[in-house]
Amino acid sequence: MIAYLFRRFLALIPLLLGITGLVFLLMSLAPGDFLTPVRAQRDVSREVIQSIEQQFGLNQPWYVQYVKWLGNVVTGNLGHSWAFKMPVVDLIGQRLLATFLLSVSALVVAWGIAIPLGVLAAMYKDSIFDRISAFLAYAALSLPEFFLALLFMFLAAQSGWFPMGGATSIEYEFMGAGGKILDRAHHLVLPALALGIGSVASIMRIMRANFLDAIRADYVKTARAKGLRERRVMFVHALRNAINPLISAFGFAFSGLLSGALIVEIVLQYPGLG
Amino acid sequence: MTSLGNIFKTTFRRPLGAFSGGLLLLLYLSAIFAELIAPAPTNAQDLERTYHPPTKIVWDGGLRVQAYELVDPSAASYAAIEGESYPLRFMGHGFEYRLLGLFKTDRHLLVCDDPKGAFYLLGSDSTGRDVFSRLVFGSRVSLFIGLLGITITMVRGFLVGGLSGYFGGRTDFVAMRIVEFMMAVPGLYLLLALRAALAPHFASDQMFFVIVIILAFIGWAGTARILRGMALSIRQQAFVMAAESMGQGPLTILRKHVLPNLLSYLLVAATLSIPGYVLGEAALSFLGLGIQEPSASWGLMLSEAQNVKVFYLNFWWLLSPGLAIFLTVIAYNVFGDVLRDVVDPRSQKR
Repeated sequence: MIAYLFRRFLALIPLLLGITGLVFLLMSLAPGDFLTPVRAQRDVSREVIQSIEQQFGLNQPWYVQYVKWLGNVVTGNLGHSWAFKMPVVDLIGQRLLATFLLSVSALVVAWGIAIPLGVLAAMYKDSIFDRISAFLAYAALSLPEFFLALLFMFLAAQSGWFPMGGATSIEYEFMGAGGKILDRAHHLVLPALALGIGSVASIMRIMRANFLDAIRADYVKTARAKGLRERRVMFVHALRNAINPLISAFGFAFSGLLSGALIVEIVLQYPGLG
Repeated sequence: MTSLGNIFKTTFRRPLGAFSGGLLLLLYLSAIFAELIAPAPTNAQDLERTYHPPTKIVWDGGLRVQAYELVDPSAASYAAIEGESYPLRFMGHGFEYRLLGLFKTDRHLLVCDDPKGAFYLLGSDSTGRDVFSRLVFGSRVSLFIGLLGITITMVRGFLVGGLSGYFGGRTDFVAMRIVEFMMAVPGLYLLLALRAALAPHFASDQMFFVIVIILAFIGWAGTARILRGMALSIRQQAFVMAAESMGQGPLTILRKHVLPNLLSYLLVAATLSIPGYVLGEAALSFLGLGIQEPSASWGLMLSEAQNVKVFYLNFWWLLSPGLAIFLTVIAYNVFGDVLRDVVDPRSQKR
């Protein structure tokens, strides 16, 4: 098992190298660098700019810069954010927590809606409920995240039930521990819904198919033959087995949410990595 | 092996297929005949009628459009003037254009040709442009980006997947590592980075092509991978061997023997992945990185709705591009699903 994990991690290294290298290449192809706004200012002399260029190695080709950056990262130095005037490590740490919180709650929303819906759709197969939930799943799948986020902003502005953007209220610092949690949760509701609803559809479909398979399995027949109550058969015997394949989809779903968070964060003005 | 015509015929016989297919046809027709349908050009501003609500249409011895007056300029609230309206003309005169780029005309489906009247089916935006007209013109970008992008993706996916499946061995290994790499990079970030790298080399009115290139660059990997697997299994078949023994080159075999067997899969995959392009363009334009003003696209129009004023003063009509995106995407998804059922009945839902 450990050897296997080790192998998988080793396989990650060329992938990470490739991705970061590609990003560096693309950044170097784009015009301008972080000194462009400084260059536009008249009161900064050419000598200063040149010395900064020297210091940061900006006049070297991108692969030299890349190797330098790589060396720094390996030794734990991510550098200093020019725009935010703070170390990148702190900046990422701060934002990452917010995005992580958002992704987790989106996941909770998605699974919390999708699993019961999927189970019910399978139990009452071909009923009106099944049809309606299938249609809703289609609709959720076809709704772009940013449009949903826009709709939520509209709702928040019109009803005043939810805050417009941000992760905390202005009074956040003066709240008690319980108040702080409630405040954060209040700010999380809309972004988490906007992010989570998109993945409800696919999870629900998988859940429905799994559950249908499980219901037809022999152990369910056995359980019924033993004279167990229908509720116990469904929710203990069938459900546990049907949920299994979803657990393995968990990691995949989570990484998808992390990258999908970008747009939702921008529209709902949530201070995460986006 | 049924022919493409048969597949479409069966698809259109099913109620869902006919409905979604009909909706798509309607959308594409309105995109092609945008000038005929839109009452105003894309950029006709009217700074005295900003954020105008959708105008009511009344019947008074003919279709007439209700007249409005500005009540409160600071909140952009308009009120209908009782009993005052302007006539609407069916196939009336409006701005001049070339229908299909050929015939010079100034006829429009429904216009208000009274110079004082204003006809906004879906209201107006922050500079008083007709939202409905922009919606119709914007559909050109949003709808055709999908078709163009998917063509590029499918051709490239087929070439890479088909060739690596056909040759196997080292070609296959290298191609699949590249594909895996492409699939591992998060799409949205790659999109943003590519856009930053490509943008300076193109003028803003060529942005359409930049976006197509970017989206196609990202999308081909998954297709290539699946097609490779299918090409691998087709390669084992006797008819490929027969063609080889007759001395046909790999490209000929690919075109004559492999492609026809993959056609129905390609068709379904293409239909189901077009929504990705529509959404991708909308997201890019929404973030201000896609189509630029003054051109119109659905994503761009939505980004304009991202405004505190719009939220608080309830200018709901500015969200209509979102509905248009939604309808397009859902139509493609449903149509693709029906198509898949027709092509491959075994994969039918349980």
